[in-house]
Amino acid sequence: MIATDATLALVLGACGGTTTGGRGTGTGATYNAGVGQVYNPSTTKGGTLRFANAGDWDSLDPADTYYAYSWNFIRLYGRQLVMFAPEPGAAGAKLVPDLAETLGVPSNDSKTWTYKIRKGMRFEDGSTVTSKDVKYAVERSLDKQTFPNGPTYFNDFLDLRGYTSPYQDPTPDKLGLKAIETPDDSTIVFHLAKPFSGFDYFAQLPATIPVPRAKDTGTKYKQHVVSTGPYKFESNELGKKFTLVRNDQWNPATDPIRTALPDRIEVTIGANADDIDNRLISGNLDVDVAGTGVQPATQGRILSDPNLKKNADAAATTRLWYTSINPDVAPLDNIHCRKAVEYAADHTAYQRAYGGPAGGDIATNLLPPLIPGAKQVDLYNFGSKPGGDADSARQELQQCGQPSGFATNMSYRAERPKEKATAEAMQQALAKVGIRLTLKPFPQGDYFKLYAGKPDFAKNNKLGLMTTGWSADWPDGFGFLQQIVDSRVIRASGGNTNLSVKIPEVDHLIDQALLTTDTNAREQIWAQIDKRVMEEAVALPGVWAKTLLYRPPTLTNVFVTNGFGMYDYLTLGVQNVQK
Amino acid sequence: MTAYIIRRLIAAVLLLLVVSVATFAIFFLVPRLAGASAEDLASRYTGKTANAEQVRVMAEKLGFTDPLPVQYGRFAKGLVLGADYSTGPTTEHCPAPCFGYSFITQNPVWPDLLDRMPVTLSLAAGAGVLWLVGGVATGVLSAVRKGSVFDRAAMGVALAGVSLPIFFTGLLALSLFSYKLGWTEPGGSYTPLTESPLAWARALLLPWVTLALLYAAGYARLTRAGMLETMNEDYIRTARAKGLPERTVVLKHGLRAALTPIITIFGLDVGLLIGGAVLTESTFSLPGLGKYAIDAITNNDLPKVLGVTLVAAFFVVIANLVVDILYAVVDPRVRLS
Amino acid sequence: MSLPVVVSDPNAPEVFLAVEDLRVHFLTDDGLVRSVDGLSFQLDRGRTLGIVGESGSGKSVTSMSIMGLHRVVESSRAGSARIQGHIWLDGEDLVAASPERVRRLRGKKMAMIFQDPLSAMHPYYTVGDQIIEAYRIHNDVSRKVARKHAVDLLGRVGIPRPAARVDDYPHQFSGGMRQRAMIAMALSCDPELLIADEPTTALDVTVQAQILDLIRDLRAEFNSAVIIITHDLGVVAELADDILVMYAGRAAEHGAAEHIFRAPQHPYTWGLLGSMPRLDRARAERLRPIRGTPPSLINVPSGCPFHPRCDYAELTGGDSLTDVPGMREIGPGHQIACHLDAEQRLRIWRRDIAPKLSSEGTA
Repeated sequence: MIATDATLALVLGACGGTTTGGRGTGTGATYNAGVGQVYNPSTTKGGTLRFANAGDWDSLDPADTYYAYSWNFIRLYGRQLVMFAPEPGAAGAKLVPDLAETLGVPSNDSKTWTYKIRKGMRFEDGSTVTSKDVKYAVERSLDKQTFPNGPTYFNDFLDLRGYTSPYQDPTPDKLGLKAIETPDDSTIVFHLAKPFSGFDYFAQLPATIPVPRAKDTGTKYKQHVVSTGPYKFESNELGKKFTLVRNDQWNPATDPIRTALPDRIEVTIGANADDIDNRLISGNLDVDVAGTGVQPATQGRILSDPNLKKNADAAATTRLWYTSINPDVAPLDNIHCRKAVEYAADHTAYQRAYGGPAGGDIATNLLPPLIPGAKQVDLYNFGSKPGGDADSARQELQQCGQPSGFATNMSYRAERPKEKATAEAMQQALAKVGIRLTLKPFPQGDYFKLYAGKPDFAKNNKLGLMTTGWSADWPDGFGFLQQIVDSRVIRASGGNTNLSVKIPEVDHLIDQALLTTDTNAREQIWAQIDKRVMEEAVALPGVWAKTLLYRPPTLTNVFVTNGFGMYDYLTLGVQNVQK
Repeated sequence: MTAYIIRRLIAAVLLLLVVSVATFAIFFLVPRLAGASAEDLASRYTGKTANAEQVRVMAEKLGFTDPLPVQYGRFAKGLVLGADYSTGPTTEHCPAPCFGYSFITQNPVWPDLLDRMPVTLSLAAGAGVLWLVGGVATGVLSAVRKGSVFDRAAMGVALAGVSLPIFFTGLLALSLFSYKLGWTEPGGSYTPLTESPLAWARALLLPWVTLALLYAAGYARLTRAGMLETMNEDYIRTARAKGLPERTVVLKHGLRAALTPIITIFGLDVGLLIGGAVLTESTFSLPGLGKYAIDAITNNDLPKVLGVTLVAAFFVVIANLVVDILYAVVDPRVRLS
Repeated sequence: MSLPVVVSDPNAPEVFLAVEDLRVHFLTDDGLVRSVDGLSFQLDRGRTLGIVGESGSGKSVTSMSIMGLHRVVESSRAGSARIQGHIWLDGEDLVAASPERVRRLRGKKMAMIFQDPLSAMHPYYTVGDQIIEAYRIHNDVSRKVARKHAVDLLGRVGIPRPAARVDDYPHQFSGGMRQRAMIAMALSCDPELLIADEPTTALDVTVQAQILDLIRDLRAEFNSAVIIITHDLGVVAELADDILVMYAGRAAEHGAAEHIFRAPQHPYTWGLLGSMPRLDRARAERLRPIRGTPPSLINVPSGCPFHPRCDYAELTGGDSLTDVPGMREIGPGHQIACHLDAEQRLRIWRRDIAPKLSSEGTA
């Protein structure tokens, strides 16, 4: 298999060299030219932008989708109240108003949020968009029986008072939800059950993209989502392909953000992942819509070929690969034993498991640097001694009363070679200070439901260390940290992503952050939480992941957005439009 | 003969029943043995942040809380009588045969299967014709010229052909012929036959050839061996003694006899392939049953898995039946009873 | 499809079939197999020649050579035949003729009946189809005409209800019926030379007699030259005008049937006759197989190839160990290849052989 890949790469490399630049000039291209800046800026309209997806969309319905790439892409055919600014670098993690005229206006207690929507907005059929269409859209997204895939933030935070779904709603206009008020056609008011200072992040969810009730067909709406954006569906073969064309009812005057360069957008679904890479490199395809980077074989090929590497970007993401240290399992209930693990870990090997520097940077704490307000702290010398700090580890072992080390288990997802490599690297590094790891692979499908994510199981099976990874739904402290450090989200029944963090002080700080409407102050609290977790040594950060994206010379206006950790799909154009 | 076919069809239905029960059992019993509850199963089909209540509702909606026989009964009932299903604002009737609705996309499964069947049928039929003709022709030539340069070269290529995996040859072929030379269509191309026969053939050419190459290799070896054996038969000597031209001797007398086992294997191969040319469809991004199956299994999408498994089993069973009937047609010594 | 006119070779003998110094050698991995090594005989129209000998004596190879059936495998190296000498058929040398020319003669001018009619007929085609095919390849007639011809032939070879049976498959026929059908197929183009290779060996004894009767009747009817190849002297006794005894790829004795049976001159022929089961002989004397085994055709014994098994080899004064005996005329139309002189043979015949061959041995 390895030999096969190598051969393939060789042959393909020979092909790729002559075909790149078939549709674009690519001059001035350099490695990471699309990171922190716009590569190949252009205002030329026209052409067809071609996407492909190796998997399938969970749904094209704004109420039912939970993939970052989908949230990135959906802005082409829908407008939510607010969105991440299509800007390179850190600016891309900032929210700007879209459907709304301004960002949300909170009440003093952060429990009521008000938005005014822009005038003159129309659906693709010409009917006017009102605040009631937004309310209806949010209402239907609450129905998790019909739309199980989407996020549950509105279910969790709105003051529902038993409201379940517009489909069960006895009121004639189906707008019976009291938690959202529409005093007039341009105003929408959200009432929360508990204070939440970061509500604008909820307002950027696709669920706020207006849906005309008359056109709502429930589970079938995804076949033809009624557009409010610059593009609308021309055809849609679910699970196979769909095509977007210009929406003549979209009024650029109401939209200061979207450039809408291409005339047409084609998306192929269910394409072979390796073939996607080959097509990108040959100029036969413009974007791998999933935005999770090229396949491992392609990555090696790109990094070793300067002609290909200059068209690649290593995009920082909000993903952290880390290892939970379980304080329920003796002797890791002793903080010094946990610290010994932190010190002894070999971060160079951890990074190598994820593909070396191109796969990500060594993480010193939880919050990835691209999250606004993140502060890097390095309590256990990961940065200065990336190969491990055995001396400090031994001292901690002394204090823990285990001078000659101890034995424990480490779990990982069996189907993931990178996690296996991580576990093996940990096993080797920790053995140097006498900590003996027994590796325990579990099937990834049930890793959180039945194994590592089920507290009883982890405790009874002495899973002292558990490899895991986490990525924020959006780049902010709440989005990143809440699900992995709040002890109150841990369920005894399993399915947890917080495997080891049970610190009352952290829970308290989270509550405080939710109340703090001042962005800077709030961001400081999240950074503080991050540091507290590190002090308790219940998590061993490994790598802040990067994905290697290939940027075909066919594209214009290319940059990586911190909002999604991939190319921004809103601004892309195509190079030679006379296609 | 008719009675035989009816009996075989009844057996086929029973077999499909067994297949569906087994698929059901694997889907539910394996996680259950690992300690999963109905809610654990249901949580596969909820969003990442679903709370316990939402998971419970989902478990109820998908019927996981019912005993397994009840769930199976509901599935079987849907197959025979159809079923009703809520789309949210309305309730929709899914007519028989209703394979249910995808747990993930909530689309009815049967239209999906019907939609994808032509792709796989096109792929299997085209490749089947290619490899049968190509493989048999090569095998016959090799046998007739046993020991010649052609024979050695062909058998060498055949060995390579069966050893190379399609995800390798397929990607290589795509890179070379589609992306570098531009002769063939890129991966993921498919135009229905009814829309444009030319575009249909053009899009499928590369998958056909790649898949055919894999099988043709085996068929060439099989044909060669069969021909070498047959050409030593007494009746071949008789045919020659009649003064028949060698061509007629080889093709009419030799190949006719050597073809019988090949037709059997061909029927089964095509049957299996229609059930899902998984690797080829994945490699060439063709939206056929094989790709559907692999996606369904990856996503634990039971209704899809059941649907595609039953369709695959159906085709294998039918292929078996056709092969048996064909056998009787080809070899007059075989009589079905 | 009429045969093209062939200018008669000036060297051709007058006789219908003449085999002259035929050598058929096969190249195998083990060495050169001399299956036929200098065989000559002649046969006229309306006459029947019986070729007898043990397995491996070269009798079948001879018949296959006449039919030109060895050539078709000539292209592949292993097992390919080298054929030398002449086979004159009606003035045409089949050894020198092109394979295509011989193919056109095959089935038309010369036809063959094989030993096992079950394996010799194609299992997937009806008996009728196989006869029709044989007929139409040499005669430009419609399928309908050919079918009628096939039905006629099946009737003539004694198949009951031929019009119905013509559509049967070989496996639906009994063994005897199959051989009748084979014969019908061979006779479909009125061949001038008919070769029957062990035509009755695979059949029941009762059926054997019927088939032999059939061949005899048909011979009269068609006026063909017939070669019957058998290891069973009983078969040729019934049918043959002349008998050729073969040993190790060569002729041992050749003469009129009555000479061979009443006054055989070659020790090998004596042995063959002696091993013939006969009811009129005492049980103890009935079967006297020739001692030893047939020789290897790769390492044929020096001198007379029969000498290792010959009881009288020492009487030749060592000649049989070194010199290959040639065929020599010892009476009208009677030839043998033996070093023993006439006196020795007469003495042995009278003293040792004739008494044991009972009633016929008094000549």
